[in-house]
Amino acid sequence: MKKEYVSSSVFKKFVMGATGLALLGFVITHLLGNLLLYKKDGTAFNDYANKLASLGGLLYAAEIGLLAFFLYHAFTGIRLALMAKEAKPIKYAVKKSKGGESKWGLASNNMIISGSALLLFVVLHVLHFKFGPGINEGYVTALSDGTEVRDLQRHVVEQFKNPLMVVLYVVAMLGLGLHLKHGIWSAFHSLGLTRENNSKTIYCAGGALAAILAVGFLLIPIYLYFFY
Amino acid sequence: MSAKKMTVHLKVWRQKNKNDAGHFEDYTVQDISDDMSFLEMLDRLNVNLQKAGKLEVEFESDCREGICGTCSCVINGQPHGPVTGAATCQLYMRQFKDGDTIVIEPWRAKAFPVIRDLVVDRSGLDRIITVGGYTGAKTGPHADANSILVPKENAEKAMDYAACIGCGACVAACPNGSASLFTSAKISHMSLLPQGHPLRQSRVTRMVNQMDKEGFGHCTNIGECQSACPKEIKIDSIAIMRREFFNAAIRS
Ligand code: SF4
Ligand code: FES
Repeated sequence: MKKEYVSSSVFKKFVMGATGLALLGFVITHLLGNLLLYKKDGTAFNDYANKLASLGGLLYAAEIGLLAFFLYHAFTGIRLALMAKEAKPIKYAVKKSKGGESKWGLASNNMIISGSALLLFVVLHVLHFKFGPGINEGYVTALSDGTEVRDLQRHVVEQFKNPLMVVLYVVAMLGLGLHLKHGIWSAFHSLGLTRENNSKTIYCAGGALAAILAVGFLLIPIYLYFFY
Repeated sequence: MSAKKMTVHLKVWRQKNKNDAGHFEDYTVQDISDDMSFLEMLDRLNVNLQKAGKLEVEFESDCREGICGTCSCVINGQPHGPVTGAATCQLYMRQFKDGDTIVIEPWRAKAFPVIRDLVVDRSGLDRIITVGGYTGAKTGPHADANSILVPKENAEKAMDYAACIGCGACVAACPNGSASLFTSAKISHMSLLPQGHPLRQSRVTRMVNQMDKEGFGHCTNIGECQSACPKEIKIDSIAIMRREFFNAAIRS
């Protein structure tokens, strides 16, 4: 494709939308996996974690792909935010939305802030759980067939007995909700998939999905803290 | 019903030229009738300033009936003021209350440098049109009128997009100073009509690139432009522009 297309702002937004939707797909599967944490004995979750880990090369490939999408989305996002600041160097002394169908609001005006917070959170989160203590540190459990695997469930449960950790994760997931509230609709619009007759539906469905995902995730630490 | 009289306090952006830092100046205008238009109120202010031997506030207007796109003020943080589907010249003082303070600022965007006070240079929009906002000319004998058939629905939609008066309120309203609504309105208008088809791909490519080159920002799909647009052009046109652009990119 010629440079005049690839270098344009419309193309950059296309990339943002496409990588954003791919990351959304990951977030959905992540939540579905996490739901296994509600099973108290831990076998189901550990079994699932172990199955993923035993995919070996395939998992690495998926992880590298995911990392690439994530980094591309983050860096293009930062670049676009800087470009936007440059295009509007002076803000109004008074600014008020004209209402109507405008999506002007906390979520849409702060995508770079919620995005940066998520970037930071993801780094911490991966260090915290993926690279957290494993078999060598004594977190071992036996599956129903007797194989010894990493007891990730125990680590997760222990971590969320710390109220600070619960607060951190709940706040992060509210950030995710905000980012997706505008992000899902925005991705569809950037990809040119919206039309006069479907754009309201896409916006509402995107908002609903964002709320479901955020609440789905943030209930887990709360549940583990109070009821486990 | 006799018109009510009112007094309004103004905070107006004053800036000598492009390089001046600019500042707000406070004014009070008395004896304003609520049947007066907003621009007539500014005319009154300027008469007062003239009488006092001071420099008038520069602002733009021409038709004063919402069809030329010349008027351009951000009033209390809203491009074209609080009324939707109307330009500044269609705003009446009855929208305000006696004793109100009204903050008046120019369109703000890097691509719209201030020339003086409330007047900004909007020639960037003209240059976007110049590179592609036209149809090819026919040579040879003149064709019969209505020889090209256009489905009614397309004709109406195209007309909605053609309603853009090029005022730049969309750029002013956008937190990113994007001209996407303006540019996409023209692209959508022409992509819906058979006359626009021969130049379809080069048009979208050149107009989108010119938009970036002029220093307008990218679109973050907020849609504040749609609410500020005096002609109520919908942001669906921005999705059309993107589809046209990807289509051109794939075929290139
Ligand atoms: S799209 Fe609307 S707001 Fe933008 S220039 Fe045209 S008429 Fe003005
Ligand atoms: S002066 Fe012509 S549109 Fe306002």
